[in-house]
Amino acid sequence: MIPGAFEYVRAQSVEEAIEALVEHGDDAKLLAGGHSLLPLMKLRLAMPGVLVDISRIPELSYVRVDGDGDAAEVVIGAGTRHFELEKDEIARAEVPILPYVAGQVGDRQVRHRGTLGGTVAHSDPASDLPTALLALGGSVVVQGPGGRRSIPMTEFWLGFYETALAEDEVIVEVRVPRTGSAGWGYEKFTRRANDWPIVAAAAVEGRVAVANMAGAVVRATATEEALARGASLEEAAALADEGTSPSSDMHADPEYRRHLARLLTRRALEGASRVGAAAG
Amino acid sequence: MSILGTRVVRTEDPVFLARGATYTDDLVDDRLAGALHMTTVRSQVAHGRLLSVDASAALDAPGVVAVFTAEDCADLDPIPAPLPMVPLEMHRHWLAKDKVRFVGDIVAVVLTEERYQGEDAAELVSVDIDQLPAVVTTADAAADEVLLFEEAGTNVMATFGEPPPADLFTGCEVVVEQRMVNQRVAPVPLEGRAAAAAWGEDGRVTVWCTNQGAQQAKTLIAGWLGLDEELVHLVTPDVGGGFGAKIGADPEFALVAWLAQQVGRPVRWVENRSENLTGMLHGRGQDQMIRIGGRRDGTIEAYSLVVDQDCGAYPRLGVILPTLTMRMAVGTYAFPKVHAQARALATNTTSIGAYRGAGRPEATAAVERAIDLFAAEIGMDPAEVRRKNLIPPFSEPYATPSGMTYDSGEYPAALEKALQAAGYDELRAEQARRRERGDVLQLGIGLSTYVEITGADTGLGAAESAELEVHPDGTATVLTGTSPHGQGHATTWAMLASDQTGIPVEKITVLHGDTDRIPRGGGTMGSRSVQQGGAAVQQAAVEMVELAKQRAAERLEVDPADLEVDLAHAGLAVRGTPGAGVTFAELAGEERLVVRTRFEAGLPTFPFGAHVAVVEVDVESGKAQLQRLVAVDDAGVIINPLLAEGQRHGGYAQGVAQALLEEVLYDADGNPQTSTLADYPFISATELPSFELVDMATPTSINPLGAKGIGEAGTIGSTPAVHNAVIDAVSHLGVRHIDMPTTPMKVWRSIQQARTGDVNA
Amino acid sequence: MKISMTVNGQQHTDEVEPRLLLVHYLREVLGLKATNIGCDTTSCGACTVIVDGLSVKSCTVLAAQAEGATVTTLEGLAGPDGELHPMQKAFREEHGLQCGFCTPGMVMAAIGVLADNPDPTDREVREGLEGNLCRCTGYHNIVRAVRAAAQAGPAAGQVPQSQETAR
Repeated sequence: MIPGAFEYVRAQSVEEAIEALVEHGDDAKLLAGGHSLLPLMKLRLAMPGVLVDISRIPELSYVRVDGDGDAAEVVIGAGTRHFELEKDEIARAEVPILPYVAGQVGDRQVRHRGTLGGTVAHSDPASDLPTALLALGGSVVVQGPGGRRSIPMTEFWLGFYETALAEDEVIVEVRVPRTGSAGWGYEKFTRRANDWPIVAAAAVEGRVAVANMAGAVVRATATEEALARGASLEEAAALADEGTSPSSDMHADPEYRRHLARLLTRRALEGASRVGAAAG
Repeated sequence: MSILGTRVVRTEDPVFLARGATYTDDLVDDRLAGALHMTTVRSQVAHGRLLSVDASAALDAPGVVAVFTAEDCADLDPIPAPLPMVPLEMHRHWLAKDKVRFVGDIVAVVLTEERYQGEDAAELVSVDIDQLPAVVTTADAAADEVLLFEEAGTNVMATFGEPPPADLFTGCEVVVEQRMVNQRVAPVPLEGRAAAAAWGEDGRVTVWCTNQGAQQAKTLIAGWLGLDEELVHLVTPDVGGGFGAKIGADPEFALVAWLAQQVGRPVRWVENRSENLTGMLHGRGQDQMIRIGGRRDGTIEAYSLVVDQDCGAYPRLGVILPTLTMRMAVGTYAFPKVHAQARALATNTTSIGAYRGAGRPEATAAVERAIDLFAAEIGMDPAEVRRKNLIPPFSEPYATPSGMTYDSGEYPAALEKALQAAGYDELRAEQARRRERGDVLQLGIGLSTYVEITGADTGLGAAESAELEVHPDGTATVLTGTSPHGQGHATTWAMLASDQTGIPVEKITVLHGDTDRIPRGGGTMGSRSVQQGGAAVQQAAVEMVELAKQRAAERLEVDPADLEVDLAHAGLAVRGTPGAGVTFAELAGEERLVVRTRFEAGLPTFPFGAHVAVVEVDVESGKAQLQRLVAVDDAGVIINPLLAEGQRHGGYAQGVAQALLEEVLYDADGNPQTSTLADYPFISATELPSFELVDMATPTSINPLGAKGIGEAGTIGSTPAVHNAVIDAVSHLGVRHIDMPTTPMKVWRSIQQARTGDVNA
Repeated sequence: MKISMTVNGQQHTDEVEPRLLLVHYLREVLGLKATNIGCDTTSCGACTVIVDGLSVKSCTVLAAQAEGATVTTLEGLAGPDGELHPMQKAFREEHGLQCGFCTPGMVMAAIGVLADNPDPTDREVREGLEGNLCRCTGYHNIVRAVRAAAQAGPAAGQVPQSQETAR
């Protein structure tokens, strides 16, 4: 299978990429690692007329810490590939859930190509890194013709393949709170190791997000509120599927997905408390 | 010391590893210069009336040379049902005509200069179908309310056997019954289907295609196209796996040859994975009803197996799979009364064919679950129930109530070896501890004992041809009618020739899969190759030595009886006269030294074994993970243990995959749900442990090698062991049965239902 | 569009369609047929090659995206005298291949596994090869081969054309 024909534009800078997006409108798609887009194009489920390749913009690949103390944020360039994030020393020390989850994406070869910005922009409800990012909180920084704007993580993913990113905008970086040695947990449930999660749950400092329980990754707000009230992990986890709308597919029906969301949330919270206790 | 029985590394590998094998799509051949590419347009509707196919837009697309629809191949007779018991009306049109019967039925083909142009143009072919209700399950099919072939008046392709006698279970203290699914799975050889064809000026066509037996493929293709067989030259390039699904030929291969003739240019085709997962034959697909009865002391007295075989839309080998299941129904057991019955049914799905084991895994799966269900019912250890009912050791032919004659067997010894290697008692103790503690990860221990039939008659008799020629430069060539596609015949056949002649393995070239050079052959399927093809090569080498002795006797002026093989010099020596002798190469320099022979086994063989699987089941999520697989597989005398072990490993993985993971799924409208490898859960390295192999060798007298088949045994034994293990892990929670594949959702739901007492699920 | 890259030590420049996949560039344009296509969904790994030191699935990379890159395929592993790479040798000695279709991708992926982890356990090899499917071997002897290759030293985790270590 091969993609339909398209025009290829290699952007050397974010500005060039935005120009191309402006010029071609909704006929254009950004290409970074290509590991979400190219498979869809090969199946001809996506047929953009123009591909704007942003994978060679060097200033999009970095991990650094901005600010000090409680206000410190870990900033990750959108072009950072999953394997780079997985191995990054700063990320490992400052926000260890992300390198761990980056290592859970797909398989080795996929992690060598796929980028953080790509998976964030794709908005598949069964994505690993968006689930972890949503639990972390923080923001997605995007740039368009009018400059940069920051979109809170909680407002970024709107639905299946649908985000708050405008057609002429490029994701530049992701900013997440520095969690340091605080506890975290990530539980991914699959039938085979490299599958997309049937359900996944991420927990960091009392915040919980679940994958594949709705059109997009979502926060388990009922669980978070219960934790804030001082409920036990088990009680809080039992609310993890509240407000979700899980779909049915060959791996799981809604009832089983709800069960998994509760189970994985409990395990993620338990993991977080263990990691936290070990670090503390 | 004989080279036989030693771990010779493959002679095939240096090329495979240094520059890759040459599969059909890799061919670079002058005859294929300027070949057009065939791209198929397939029905996206499972069942419907084909109202129109409009190719006008596609014809205008860049690079398009021609588009063919059913109207354009009206000259071709439909492809007949391959089996005499199937109603004649159940034939297939080359390109769907009037009706489409499964998602994947070919509606049109596009020929383009470039491959990329084909996909673009195929998108432009407009197909109008009036959708009909789809027959998806065997129950739908048996209802005969919606018919695939109205003219046939039924969806039943064939029936086998009779209903059970009324008194089958009379007198049994305990009778257990269970409806079970032996689910449809996809063979998924990593290389999908591919073909190329070119007509020569002599009016003959050369067809290259990926297959498991060139001679069968040639006969089928010639027959379908109405050609004299002499006009078809079939060549098998390297083949990237088959597993039964490449037995014979697929209509697409013949279509490529026919199209090449129509347009006067060579044509090639390679399918993509979605075409493969919807168009290539699937395997298994049985709904089974088992009943087993006996005494509370563990003695089983009667067993019944009733099968509904899903055959898919068009009759292929799937129709007769249940006959193999019925013949092997009793397995390794000495049940006095056995009943088996089946019907083969048409559904609006991909056709079913052979898949590693083909009919026998289904028999083993049924009887091994039956034993465990019986054991659970009477509260006896499943190992003990097996001990009480296994056929005692035999070295003379043993006739079963299922109508088979097993050649040799040591079933109780196989079971004991497996139990001992697994540490069965300790495993049960560990299981008890985990149950006592209420661990999240519960241990399951599953057993199977199996016997299967290999080397059965594939249409040419249980026989195979071989030719051996020694050349003046000291090399030799073996021509074989088998069709290796990973099994390593080039190495094993060379070992067999070398063993008799002393010609080094690396100087022996083994050729197969060219019907001009090797007109007769049975191919590779049904675990037949060593016991028939290998035996033929050995026979050729023995005859070669005899021929050489006659020639050498004249040359050396000695009595042939005074000559003996001089393995060290690859020739003949005069007994008692050091230095006097002649090499095979020297004899070949005088006159061509070639032997053609045919080995007739006459009868199949019955390899057997016992497997123990250990799984951990997360009782909170329902996920099962295989921890260990201990396998005793007895295939008689082994020629190359390295390669035989490889066959076992691959078989285990496919067997485990069926128990835990893999299933082809359709929705209620017959739309495939598993048409890419992102959806079809092909087992990967992470779901498997390394395997624990235990050797056992009970020779057969059916062939002089003493060898039985090993290609499929691993699959047959492993599936029920793993399946039983998963259920065993949760049996203390009240779970009695879970159908394969034992997905997390099914296991979890079974536990929930057992807890709430809902036993209807 | 025009693209240039170094494949198995040789520089190539070709005019291609933007949509040409790297795997088709290698197979059809350069005639390097060892790299196989086993699926359409980045699932099977048969098309794995090493691009700039990283194992990638060449069915999901545009040839255009490999502009300027250094690419190694199975054909680029053996030495000039035909001596097999340590990973190739290990696959032969441990019978880590049967039909051979997954093998080119499997060997390239396995080299990448050792580059990251020179002495992996069985489990680590299995996890490292999770993106490569094999239908014949049950993975048993592939795991053995990769572990045996690891014993041959660091060369087992490197590709000859690139001085840098493969991943």
